[in-house]
Formats: sequence, structure tokens, C-alpha cells
Amino acid sequence: MAFSQAEVLAGLAEIVNDETGIATESVQLEKSFTDDLDIDSISMMTIVVNAEDKFGVKIPDEEVKNLITVGDAVNFIVSAQG
Amino acid sequence: MAGKIVVTGLGATTPLGGDVESTWKALLAGESGISTIEADWVGEYDLPVTFAGQAKVKALDVLTPQECKRLDQSSQFALIAAREAWKDAGTPEVAPERIAVEYATGIGGVWTLLNAYDDLKNRGPRRVMPMTIPMLMPNGPAAAIGMDIAARGGVRTAVSACASGTEAIANAIDRLRTGEVDIVVAGGCEAGIHPLPLAAFASMHALSKRNDNPAAASRPYDIDRDGFVMGEGGGAVVLELEEHALARGAKIYAELVSGAVTSDAYHITAPDPEGTGAARAVLRALEHGGLQVTDVDHINAHATSTPVGDIAEYTALRRVFGDHLDKIAISATKSSTGHLLGGAGAIEAIFTILALHTRTAPPTINVDNPDPAIPVDVVTSPRNLGDGELVAISNSFGFGGHNAVIVFKSYEK
Repeated sequence: MAFSQAEVLAGLAEIVNDETGIATESVQLEKSFTDDLDIDSISMMTIVVNAEDKFGVKIPDEEVKNLITVGDAVNFIVSAQG
Repeated sequence: MAGKIVVTGLGATTPLGGDVESTWKALLAGESGISTIEADWVGEYDLPVTFAGQAKVKALDVLTPQECKRLDQSSQFALIAAREAWKDAGTPEVAPERIAVEYATGIGGVWTLLNAYDDLKNRGPRRVMPMTIPMLMPNGPAAAIGMDIAARGGVRTAVSACASGTEAIANAIDRLRTGEVDIVVAGGCEAGIHPLPLAAFASMHALSKRNDNPAAASRPYDIDRDGFVMGEGGGAVVLELEEHALARGAKIYAELVSGAVTSDAYHITAPDPEGTGAARAVLRALEHGGLQVTDVDHINAHATSTPVGDIAEYTALRRVFGDHLDKIAISATKSSTGHLLGGAGAIEAIFTILALHTRTAPPTINVDNPDPAIPVDVVTSPRNLGDGELVAISNSFGFGGHNAVIVFKSYEK
């Protein structure tokens, strides 16, 4: 069963909150991980690995640098679902 | 002549309490911080030792979840202790380049390392978290403190097993005397109550196996002592030159007079039975402070409660002090706290400082039958140390043949 865009966003917001303490409602599609949410590369890698576990997808390292905004990540995860 | 170094802030989280005040109160009350470990892994591994001096207040109850996620438990204890000490010192406003950290650990981030190894084995390399290295490195606690108080004058970590905490405080002396920095946060921490270190210390027969009565297990100087008890936590002191402290109106607990570090080159774990290296550390420390052995009123002994260790330290002390040893009030506070390894020297420095500040030597518990081979004046209930200038030393010795001694003096403006 695939996760919807809204479900991925909500799940990702929980992962970001758990790692960084940023409020889940601040994790919005247009927000940039680095510029808006101030998430560093180490936290980003932890978020990626936790997202892989949660959504059952693979996010290759070379893809992570393309995930500028929360929306980029949500779209990637939604389309990567089998 | 360089000015006096004074202690202006104290912080700790220990098996007796989550801060200095509660720890000191429990220590004076003769409480034991040792208890059975209530964790699944005790039964899972059928450990020969099932108790320890666990931190009275969990770090998770003090720090934010995110701080805990990015810091090994050893660094969590360090941060809690350092923040208390820094606040206690009045949150000094000092240029970051003039602030240094000397903060020790004996083992480092052992929980982080071994959890990461489990992740590697069970879930593969991608599940080894990117914070693993910065969390397991032994300089992690010092670095965490340095970032928290913006110390840019140098952040260093003494690693000398159970002598680490005392050595870190001794190392602060030169930083201040040379005028390189104005203020130093010094101390040490440990978070090693994990099945592997417990199993390893037990396999070398270093630990007490008194599983049926944990509170009575740490019994330095008692004839029935059978090993040390692992403890966890951290301690921190704020040190600065007297003129600097007075200029900013800080309260002063005591004077840090001097320190010394020597090494045995005898055996990797056994103390030199003649106590030569330890004796040399005490003598050097007193010499550096321009003091005579007859000036010493109080000793916070290393006294871990191992059969040979307590005697080796006694031999060293008798060698140094001769008959004067009988006039010195000796406290073995590991009887209450257990042995915090790299954190031991830090919390025992705090106990020594408070003994001078309050003129009260803390008790040693569980000395039901004093070992006749160690004829010393052990303080078994809180004792007034009298009037006038008081001098006290705190000893720490570690695997590797490390001997570290620091000397404190009561402070009168």
C-alpha cells in the first residue's frame, strides 16, 4: 500500500521533529532543508535513513543533494514507492 | 609570582543527586548511590555483577531530546555538570578566546560505539548513523562543553583511566598561570555502565560481586571489601585567577594551590605495591604549592575498595606523611558514589572543595570492620575540620600507572 503525498509529508515532519526538535507544522512543502529549517548535512543523512525505514524506499546518496526542499523529498519518496 | 587560582563554580550529576547541592547533602547523610541495575541486558548476559552507581537523575530529564540524540551519555553528563558550574560561577562574561576547557573521560562514548556496532552487524553500514564518530570520541564531552559556553581558548581531554578527572584539573593550572586564558572549565565524566565494561572489569576481578547487597558493596578500608563498584555521572569546576574572580565579584569556594602527575612504569593495571609513584605525585604536588606535609588536614583518597589498591595507596600516604598521617582526616567517598572512573577525580575535587568551604569532611560509609593493615583516621560521620587555614588533597590513580594529585586550600579574602 502506497503512502499518499499528505501521509509522506506528515511522516517526514515527524522524522524531522524527532531529529531536530523543529515543530512538525513548520515542515512544509516549500521549505528548504538548509536555508529555512537550518538542518545540517549530518541531520539530513539521519533523516534520509529514517525516511527509508519508514516508507520502505531507497534514497541513493547521489539523490540526496537534489532534495533541496521538503517538497522535493516528499515527491521523491512518493514516486519511489513500488 | 603568579596569582592564586580559585574555584568559583561547581557542577555535578552523580549517583547521589542531579546537582551539587543534592549530591553533597546525600553524601553528608551517609547515603549510598549504589543499586541493582534494572535493565534487560543484566539477565540477558547473565552478568556476574548486577549493580552499579547509576546517575540519580537521568540526562533525558534535564536535556532536550535533540541534545541527547547528538551526545553520548558521557557528554550528556558533562554538559549538565558544566552548565551548573558555569551558572554557579555567575555565567562569566569573558572573551571566548580567553575561555578554555580541560575535560576528561576514562573510556569515552562506549554506549555509542557498541550500539553502532550492533547496527552495523544487524542492519548494515547504511544504518550506522553519521553522528557515531563525534559521539564516541573521548574528546566529545570536552567539545560539547566548549561549544556550549563558546570556549575558544583551547579544549583538551586528559585520558588516563581513573586518574583522568584529576589530571584534567591539574592541567588547568598551567593554562591559567601562563596567562593564556582567564577562565577554565575543568573536570571529567563517565557513562560506562554497559554490559561490556561490566563484564570486562568483572573478568579482571576488579569489581565487587556483592549482588545481594549493593549499598554495602563499595567499602573502602573495610576488611571485607572485594572490589570497586562502577559509577556514572560527571563533575565540573570553574577555575580562574583570584584577581579575575574578585574583579567580576565572583564568590570563591577555595583555592586550587597546585597539582602533580607521575607514572609508575610498573604494571599496566596493578598499582606499584610500594606506592612509589603515588607518593611522588603527592610530594610533588605539595612542593609545587610550597607546602609541607604537616600542612595537610584532609585527604579525599582514591580508595576504590579493591583489596590491593587501598593498601597500595595507604603505603604511599604513610611513606609521604609518616606520623602526620594519623592527624589527617581521610574520606573515601567512593563508598557512597561508586567509582566514576574518568569522572571520579572531578566529583571528588568538588567534595574536597566543599569540605574546605564548609569545614566539614564527608563520611566514609560501610567501614564496619576497619582493615588493620590500613591504620588511618577514616572519617565515618561528618567531621568539623576546625578553624584557620585548611589544606586538603585529592588523589586519583589509574590503569596504566597514572598518578594524579591536586591540592586545595581554604579561602579567606
